Amino acid sequence: MPRAFTPKVVTANALIEGDVVYLTVDDRWTRDLAQAEIITDEAHAQLRQLMAEAQPDQVVGVYLADVTAGTNGPEPTHFREDFRRSGPSNYRHGKQAELSDV
Amino acid sequence: MYDYSEFDAAFVAERNRQFRQQVERRVSGALTEDEFKPLRLMNGLYLQLHAYMLRVAIPSGTLDSAKMRQLAYIAERWDKGYGHFTTRQNIQFNWPKLPDVPDILDALAEVGMHAIQTSGNTIRNVTADHFAGAAQDEIADPRPVAELIRQWSTDHPEFQFLPRKFKIAVTGSPNDRAVIKAHDIGLQIVTRGTEQGYRVIVGGGLGRTPMIGKVLSDFVTQEDLLPYLESVVSVWNQIGRRDNKYKSRIKITVHEHGIDDIRARVAERFKLVRPAFSGVDLALFDEIKAAFAPPAFRKAGTESFDKAYSADPVFRAWADTNLAAHRAPGYAIVQISLKAHGATPGDATAEQMRVMADLAQFYGHDELRISHEQNVILPHVHVSDLPAMHAILKRHGLATANIGLISDIIACPGMDYCALATARSIPIAQEIATRFDELKLEHEIGELKIKISGCINACGHHHVGQIGILGLDRAGVENYQITLGGDHTQDAALGQRTGPGFSADEIVPAIERIIETYLDYRQDRQEPFLQTYRRIGIEPFKSALYEKARAHAAE
Repeated sequence: MPRAFTPKVVTANALIEGDVVYLTVDDRWTRDLAQAEIITDEAHAQLRQLMAEAQPDQVVGVYLADVTAGTNGPEPTHFREDFRRSGPSNYRHGKQAELSDV
Repeated sequence: MYDYSEFDAAFVAERNRQFRQQVERRVSGALTEDEFKPLRLMNGLYLQLHAYMLRVAIPSGTLDSAKMRQLAYIAERWDKGYGHFTTRQNIQFNWPKLPDVPDILDALAEVGMHAIQTSGNTIRNVTADHFAGAAQDEIADPRPVAELIRQWSTDHPEFQFLPRKFKIAVTGSPNDRAVIKAHDIGLQIVTRGTEQGYRVIVGGGLGRTPMIGKVLSDFVTQEDLLPYLESVVSVWNQIGRRDNKYKSRIKITVHEHGIDDIRARVAERFKLVRPAFSGVDLALFDEIKAAFAPPAFRKAGTESFDKAYSADPVFRAWADTNLAAHRAPGYAIVQISLKAHGATPGDATAEQMRVMADLAQFYGHDELRISHEQNVILPHVHVSDLPAMHAILKRHGLATANIGLISDIIACPGMDYCALATARSIPIAQEIATRFDELKLEHEIGELKIKISGCINACGHHHVGQIGILGLDRAGVENYQITLGGDHTQDAALGQRTGPGFSADEIVPAIERIIETYLDYRQDRQEPFLQTYRRIGIEPFKSALYEKARAHAAE
């Protein structure tokens, strides 16, 4: 039996800065996971991923990351995505220090 | 130190010019990421978890003050004010922006540095003993031959599309501080009668399938060295596996074919290759050797050192722990720890880099080294200058007296930065160092090497750590496996796994139980951890790790 589709966000790294970005429902790239579009339908996820991959002048390494729906938008389900959302744990660098939209 | 010739400078400038245009074409959309990726990797530029990362080569781990100051400038101008020194004697900048990288490469070229072949399936930066030119036990300085190999291997037309990366390390001493048995090729300078030559070790490596290197030849002469190395790489380039990247390193080729088969193939290949080497390499080698001539060591009294040593216990503790014996009378090798308790192993701020550059210039014959253990070495310091130097180091957080102790931990960047990592390394190193500093136990414990990797690729050398820690992802949770009894020296050995891993919360208490066991079992303070381990075996440690924990949980 195929595995049930779990909620996803479209994520990548920005071409210029290299930092982590997420696709929003209105086709923008945001640095803030909370603002990302939660995708619950597999066919829609594939479409959104294709659309993201068609923007190589903006982003690198597009993929679908698992999330759950939290009170403040999507939340990571894996620790790797949690680090990508916030930044390294040894310095207050990256997103935890400098959250702003594209 | 080797300074770029006109040819070298022109070569690097041309590569940088090409890369600047490649970046422009990528940003404009003329190049896709698939087209651009191999180009950026050829120039040391990775895309990591949170940002790009630029890996800059430090050949033989050797720097002068001008180079170190330029690294500090780059850290401040284009990064976040620090750099990370790695287990292959390189420096990594964790936060460059893509359009800035060509400017960074130009800034490096100003001081004779580059990032070429710090990535990709090529022959990587050649590393060497960080005590080179200063060690008491040295037969010859390994840096000239490392430089010769670097020049031979850079942009070598036959070796730009190897089955996988290829790493070479060189030592000039019988005591191996360059981990030559865990490299694709390890070279050791040896003598036969009055002649100097090289023992060639092949097929070592860590990673998913760790192997200790095997002796391919006990003695290769200087004239034969480059053709011999070319033959080895050439044989592997032909028969090394390209179907599976986990089986593509030369260690697997040696393992699958056997060392005798490889030796025979190399001998065959050598017959073809040797005539192409006309002796130009020998003339070049003489020039390079002259560039690495030892400094004019001065003669001076040692009274100021003796006085500080007897009067100042902090200085004494630092001197006892962080100095190593120098071959010149009155001199010492100074090891500056980049492992302040709770700090990120191998990181130095721009300010610290400038302080170390100043100290090298004023007190250290303008020489610095980066060790594979992620510390900075001032190889030539007269002991009379040590009290003044120590006072300056203290003011800049650089006087931690912990070289070779439990808090002098090798740790890869792990999942805090690396896209390949399966768990974090840095916080584990920070917690272990902080914990044993609180316990005030590290001098009591004595010599101990902990090495931590955040994935099986083993950049943190965990297999050869006396205590090795490997971070894995077990069902979506960070999990840390322990190995014991590894050895990175001339007696190289792979550590043995203790059993199931520990969670991030459990790993530091687990290390504590290992240390308690060692302290209980050691014969006396003169018996270091590794010796006790070899005497009593792994069982008492397993029992402490697993049975005591179970008994404790059942209470």
